[in-house]
Amino acid sequence: MAKKDQRMSETETEEEETEAESMSESESGSEEQKQESKGGGIDFIMSLPDVPRNVPPHVELQRTRVFANIDAPTHTDSIQYSGAFASVGLDNSFRLDQFRNNFRVEVIRFSDDGMDMEFDMIGIDPALANAFRRILIAEVPTMAIEKVFIANNTSLIQDEVLAHRLGLIPISVDPRLFEYAESNAPNERNTIVFKLHVQCAKHSEEEKGQSKKKKDEKKVPPRITVKAKDLKWLPKGSEFYLESEDSNSNSTSKSKTYTSFTCSQDSLPEFSNIKIGFKEPLDDINIARLGPGQEIELEAQAVKGVGKTHAKWSPVATAWYRMLPEVVLLEEIEDEDAETLKEKCPVGVFDIEDIANGRKRSTVARPRACTLCRECIRGGEEWEKRVSLRRVKDHFIFTIESTGALPPEVLFTEAVKILESKCERVISELS
Amino acid sequence: MEHGSYADNSNATFSLTDEDHTLANAVRFSLNQDPRVSFCGYSIPHPSDNRVNIRVQTTGAPAREVLKDACQDLMMMCQHVRSTLDVAVADFKLRNPPKEDEDTDMK
Ligand code: SF4
Repeated sequence: MAKKDQRMSETETEEEETEAESMSESESGSEEQKQESKGGGIDFIMSLPDVPRNVPPHVELQRTRVFANIDAPTHTDSIQYSGAFASVGLDNSFRLDQFRNNFRVEVIRFSDDGMDMEFDMIGIDPALANAFRRILIAEVPTMAIEKVFIANNTSLIQDEVLAHRLGLIPISVDPRLFEYAESNAPNERNTIVFKLHVQCAKHSEEEKGQSKKKKDEKKVPPRITVKAKDLKWLPKGSEFYLESEDSNSNSTSKSKTYTSFTCSQDSLPEFSNIKIGFKEPLDDINIARLGPGQEIELEAQAVKGVGKTHAKWSPVATAWYRMLPEVVLLEEIEDEDAETLKEKCPVGVFDIEDIANGRKRSTVARPRACTLCRECIRGGEEWEKRVSLRRVKDHFIFTIESTGALPPEVLFTEAVKILESKCERVISELS
Repeated sequence: MEHGSYADNSNATFSLTDEDHTLANAVRFSLNQDPRVSFCGYSIPHPSDNRVNIRVQTTGAPAREVLKDACQDLMMMCQHVRSTLDVAVADFKLRNPPKEDEDTDMK
């Protein structure tokens, strides 16, 4: 019994500490008042430390926050186990209605071209947030150049390097309009064909007719930069004929090309009002530089794929999240100390406000900008006691940078759908 | 594929092909929050195999049903995430109409 009492009192003192720590001092103050005023009632009993209505505040703090201490972060794990708080009579099991009530999404910004997006996901476990991120990078499909048929390449860049460069160019087309090629022959439903034929003149025209004298004045030889926009979409499929068909071209109808399109892609209703190709500014990507007399002639076939096969199919430049930083001043920081604190932070998290009698006080103005560099708690133990750096465990600042095939919000929706279909697969396999 | 005993269906290992941490970690999260589960975990036996093993031990309920329920929970959460995001994006676009309209017809 004595031991239990001791533990209880320990909890109490810890509670007081954390309450003093938390920003909402006014709240904790009013709670104490309640406790005093309603002595004896049910509220009083409920407020006793061994009758928890909720997880005790210090545990709640450890449950929901990562503490970034000077040496290492603490309380980094998320508590998932349903019986984690069974000893204090609390149920930690999952309830969908609770999730529905707590979950929020707040869009923070879109870039001007609508291809970058930042949003806050609040009230979700890292297991899910990370699943979405992983799917965005590796499992949301896009179209990318997979096969390159090079008829002629006299440029400096080697065939295989050229093919690799072509593969990495993002194509602005909705991948949902296409099927996976798998082992099927390339047809109008699974392949996009591009043609590239560029040639750099040996001499510019006027140069040819010029007198010898003029030629001597060093002229810059012609150069061509091949850009992504030089790739021309071939809606009717490949224009290269298969060699074997050429040699015994007797009764077999028309000679076959490298694709077997049954109709032109632009006659299909899905493609009727879109132009497959490279959207600005992505059409300005350099592919090669050609010197005088050099030439590239090739055909490229783009197919649908996912990022885990090859990064060229990843629909995002990157997708990442970070937990919301929380910077809390544990005590009033005034005058010179306030100035020092403001100086310490390289991203300007702290600000200074004037209080009465010409005195100054630190405030946390932009906690979201905090990078957790911990500069503000360096420089002696006293600073560790003044500032507490935390991260909110279930608040994710999610950023998606699309490469242009689909806008980021659609990509995210697709990612969530993919996770759903994974679950569905497991369910159907088990039943 | 399920590895368990016929006598006791409350413990089983499920071997999922073509899956990785993405699904396994999410399923483990949702299994962990089920009060019927006494133990759960996952492992990837070899990094070049596309396979995860998910171990489920329950307090009595059939492990197979518990895993199915966990997936069901996950799906419901996903659906809610999706609808919440759609609303949030629509709200944002309403408040900040795009400058040019060329991007909106992509969707
Ligand atoms: S951790 Fe770094 S960024 Fe964050 S408040 Fe302190 S000094 Fe500023």
